[in-house]
Amino acid sequence: MNFLELTYDILPALLKGTVVTLELTVCSISLGFVLGISLALGRLYGNRPISAFCAGYIQFFRGTPLLVQLFILYYGLPSYDIRLSSFVAGILGLGLNSAAYQAEYFRGAIQSISRGQMMAARAIGMSRFKTILNIILPQALRIVIPSWSNELIYTLKYSSVAYMIGAPELMAQGKIIAAENFRYFEVFLVVAFIYLVAVLIVSRVLNVVEKRVRIPGLQMAQ
Amino acid sequence: MSANQTVTLKVENVHKTYGKEEVLKGISFEVKKGETKVIIGPSGTGKSTLLRCVNRLTIPDSGRIWLDGVEITHPRTNINKVRQSIGMVFQDFNLFSHLSALDNVRIGLIKVKKIEKREATEEAMRHLVRVGLEDKAASYPAELSGGQQQRVSIARALAMGPKLMPFDEPTSALDPELIGEVLEVMRNLAESGMTMVVVSHEMGFARSVSNEIIFIENGVIVEEGPPQVLFGNPEHQRTKEFLCKISELYGKSEGK
Repeated sequence: MNFLELTYDILPALLKGTVVTLELTVCSISLGFVLGISLALGRLYGNRPISAFCAGYIQFFRGTPLLVQLFILYYGLPSYDIRLSSFVAGILGLGLNSAAYQAEYFRGAIQSISRGQMMAARAIGMSRFKTILNIILPQALRIVIPSWSNELIYTLKYSSVAYMIGAPELMAQGKIIAAENFRYFEVFLVVAFIYLVAVLIVSRVLNVVEKRVRIPGLQMAQ
Repeated sequence: MSANQTVTLKVENVHKTYGKEEVLKGISFEVKKGETKVIIGPSGTGKSTLLRCVNRLTIPDSGRIWLDGVEITHPRTNINKVRQSIGMVFQDFNLFSHLSALDNVRIGLIKVKKIEKREATEEAMRHLVRVGLEDKAASYPAELSGGQQQRVSIARALAMGPKLMPFDEPTSALDPELIGEVLEVMRNLAESGMTMVVVSHEMGFARSVSNEIIFIENGVIVEEGPPQVLFGNPEHQRTKEFLCKISELYGKSEGK
């Protein structure tokens, strides 16, 4: 069997894995997005205990390996009678981890907005909450796009770690196929290529989004 | 208090300390409805701090401030409500960079005053016309000159229907050739009867527009009075020296 025939042969199974990879990525990046914004806002605008909690969360999840976090969720929690499927544990692990990184990206973006704008909004009688919603976040979300693209690409690739807890994603499918036909080199070459294509598409899309929401006249940091 | 003119702003014995430095050491003054008062003084003497105390962006350590009889410094006062009536204009404009000129002016009407969008748009356009920028309604702050940005920020403050407009060095961040257009707008405002407190070193403006000039140094009011008196025959030697120095530096930019 030459390389092309082999590819043709294994592609259906790999694409099935790809779908799982994409599901893992979308779910965990979304979870990380919601949590990350909350953590960044809590850290910046929360009172002392809230701010300290958010900082602690970020420290913990950035300071420990993703694989360890996944093992705790998947193999550790059953000791407390919490049994998660490998897919759910994967989403949770990747999402909680990503939230820590996204929080820091959001914090940077928010802090790059001039303090004067917060003051000006308060000066026309806008509450702090409304100012964050109407003035700060719309700008922060634009500023954050380049670094957030990195995070999305990272999550897409590192979702492969979820194969270690048995999630049937792309990497796991590759491993199964290669273990059957011993064509490790070719199989993982195809796996790598699929990741590459997915990453390229994602970066392209985010590039377009970034251009679409650009604020006229304003030079955005690259 | 004069019987025929109501007091819009009353500041009584305001103190503020940052760390070890007492920036305001008991400032008291009044602004009557329709008056324009210009506050001058060397930099770092608490002028901006004083203005920020007026809408509680800075909370004074002691002293009381009233706007139209409502005590702003009272902890129970709904400050978001009061701030709508105080149209603060900042040195750095502080326009919302992600919003067009129109949206900058309109957002307070829609989000704070809860006015319906069409009505808010008409209202906002009226104020853009007033500052001469109706043709820039769709432009974003980064596409506008400093003078235009400052005029949009004045329109934004005006749109809320303020009883009082504090200006914190509104022309200090501008290139000299752009100062005139902003002062022109402010002059028209004063003439239309707006009550204004202006921290500024534009002596031409102070001389021709203000009802009274307040000279602050080291956190206290050194002297206050009508411009003719302060420029012509000030009581304190220090006032004279300061005005001479300032007039040399800034005096030529307006009102020859």
